[in-house]
Amino acid sequence: MKRYKWAVPTLYIFFLMLPIYWLLNMSFKTTNEILGSFTLWPQKFTFENYITIFTDPVWYSGYINSLSYVMFNTAISVTVALPAAYAFSRYRFMGDKHLFFWLLTNRMAPPAVFALPFFQLYSAVNLFDTYIAVALAHALFNVPLAVWILEGFMSGVPKELDETAFVDGYSFPRFFLKIFIPAILAGIGVAAFFTFMFSWVELLLAKTLTAVDAKPIAAVMTRTASSSGYELGLLAAAGSLTIIPGAVVIYFVRNYIAKGFALGRV
Amino acid sequence: MSPSASGRIPTDLTLEGGAFNLLLGTTLSGKTTLLHMMAGLDRPTGGEIWFNGKNVTGVSAQKRNVSMVHQQFINFPNFNVFENIASPLRVARQSRAEIDRKVGEVAELLQLTQLLSRNPQELSGGQQQRTALARALVKDSDLVLLDEPLANLDFKLREELRDELPKIFETRGCIVVYATSEPAEALLLGGHTATLHEGCVTQFGKTAEIYRRPHDLLSARVLSDPPINTAKIRKTGNRFILNENVSWPVSRALKAMADASYTVGIRPHHISTSSTTDAVMVVGKVLITELSGSESTIHFEVDGRTWVSQSSGIHAFEVGTEANFYIDVARCLFFDDQDKLVTV
Repeated sequence: MKRYKWAVPTLYIFFLMLPIYWLLNMSFKTTNEILGSFTLWPQKFTFENYITIFTDPVWYSGYINSLSYVMFNTAISVTVALPAAYAFSRYRFMGDKHLFFWLLTNRMAPPAVFALPFFQLYSAVNLFDTYIAVALAHALFNVPLAVWILEGFMSGVPKELDETAFVDGYSFPRFFLKIFIPAILAGIGVAAFFTFMFSWVELLLAKTLTAVDAKPIAAVMTRTASSSGYELGLLAAAGSLTIIPGAVVIYFVRNYIAKGFALGRV
Repeated sequence: MSPSASGRIPTDLTLEGGAFNLLLGTTLSGKTTLLHMMAGLDRPTGGEIWFNGKNVTGVSAQKRNVSMVHQQFINFPNFNVFENIASPLRVARQSRAEIDRKVGEVAELLQLTQLLSRNPQELSGGQQQRTALARALVKDSDLVLLDEPLANLDFKLREELRDELPKIFETRGCIVVYATSEPAEALLLGGHTATLHEGCVTQFGKTAEIYRRPHDLLSARVLSDPPINTAKIRKTGNRFILNENVSWPVSRALKAMADASYTVGIRPHHISTSSTTDAVMVVGKVLITELSGSESTIHFEVDGRTWVSQSSGIHAFEVGTEANFYIDVARCLFFDDQDKLVTV
């Protein structure tokens, strides 16, 4: 029995990596090879698909659009959540506990519910088909999440740190920027990662609120597939590239992710 | 300095520079709240705080020249030791040369010179607390607030710093307020003590004075560890009567006391397990014996009350047996029906 201990994790990792391998595998094949035969690795290895994506503005603008609203959303979510989380972690005010809990209700409804009101609203204020519209829409569920994560990390910093700084003569803004933010930097990283990921994988609102100019990459993928037949190799290459931003971001906060999943409370 | 909350919580207190001022009380007795109000971090719900003839009740912490050290080791995690100590000076925009000189001096005093480039996380608890103390000292504050600064340190370091602290502050003109929950620590540090109980200052005066002559039973209780033993006692004529078996003659000094019911307070180390002259014997049922090296602490029951005897030497008693204890009656304190100390 002991001799086969390695078998379970090996199988697990094998099945885990299989779809990702298959996606990469397809991205280096020609569409003919994908449709024509079943091959475990590319017979005719090609970079054609990637070259198309990086040279055709229809394709790469999709990435630029997606990254714009995702990064803008991450920035506003964390910036707005910082003072809110500080208030929840440090002050007692009327209804604070209730408000803190009900922040999460925004995450209880499927985002699709908000698609229609958002479409109307952003059309009315001329924000439709801009990355700002998508970023603001995603803030709806990302701000509460960031507040919860940051509140957890902030409550881990003793209140006496604040008091010491004030007694030492620090004004509140100076204390917040110079001492408090560095003290919870890991938490900010984790909050940024989660908001980044949720915004990156969200498709429905992003598609509904954009048409041409701010079309996200996922929307580009579906439309290209229908217009010029099945360009499966191209789609696979585009799909492979969508994994990269998440992987890059997760690398920086890899040591704090577990604490992040517990919303900063460990 | 006199924070006085009008009405409900009497905390009139006037502190003066030079000596150590101690706030002594159990957890939740209001020590930290009082310190916060002195620092300007909390506003009193009533009453006023005056400093050097100025009303500073609503003045924020930033505008008062105070410094504070907490029980937890609080240092700024992203600054090294030098920057931690220098931080109040940087905020006050002092010149670089001045900062270097002052930080060097204080670091020397607290033996941190070797550690100036380290981060607080790389220091031991004692070194972290020294850094916090250095930051409190470097600023030349008018008021230094120490909130149980030694409570989280291990025994050895605590003793070391406890010796150093009064010396460090001796030459500075600032008012030092030191909160502690340990009567023994208060007695070791000396100076003046304010005993606190449930948010009230029960007594303020020289520490040794409060120990010898507490104004009332509460103050006696706060400044006594283990807790002071109490019992109801009657004075009739020339005798104090504790119960039908135990009574003793009234000493000449207390002759003037009226015949009435009193509460007698006897400190644990005034009850011995061995007979001495003038001592009065009581018989008690042994409940717990704690033997610590050279000292015996014995909890026993007399008339349904638990008493504690503390005496040097090892005295092992079987739990549950009856034993003889000897009260040094000359050192007893008597409190009237208002719990005030009887003075004649």
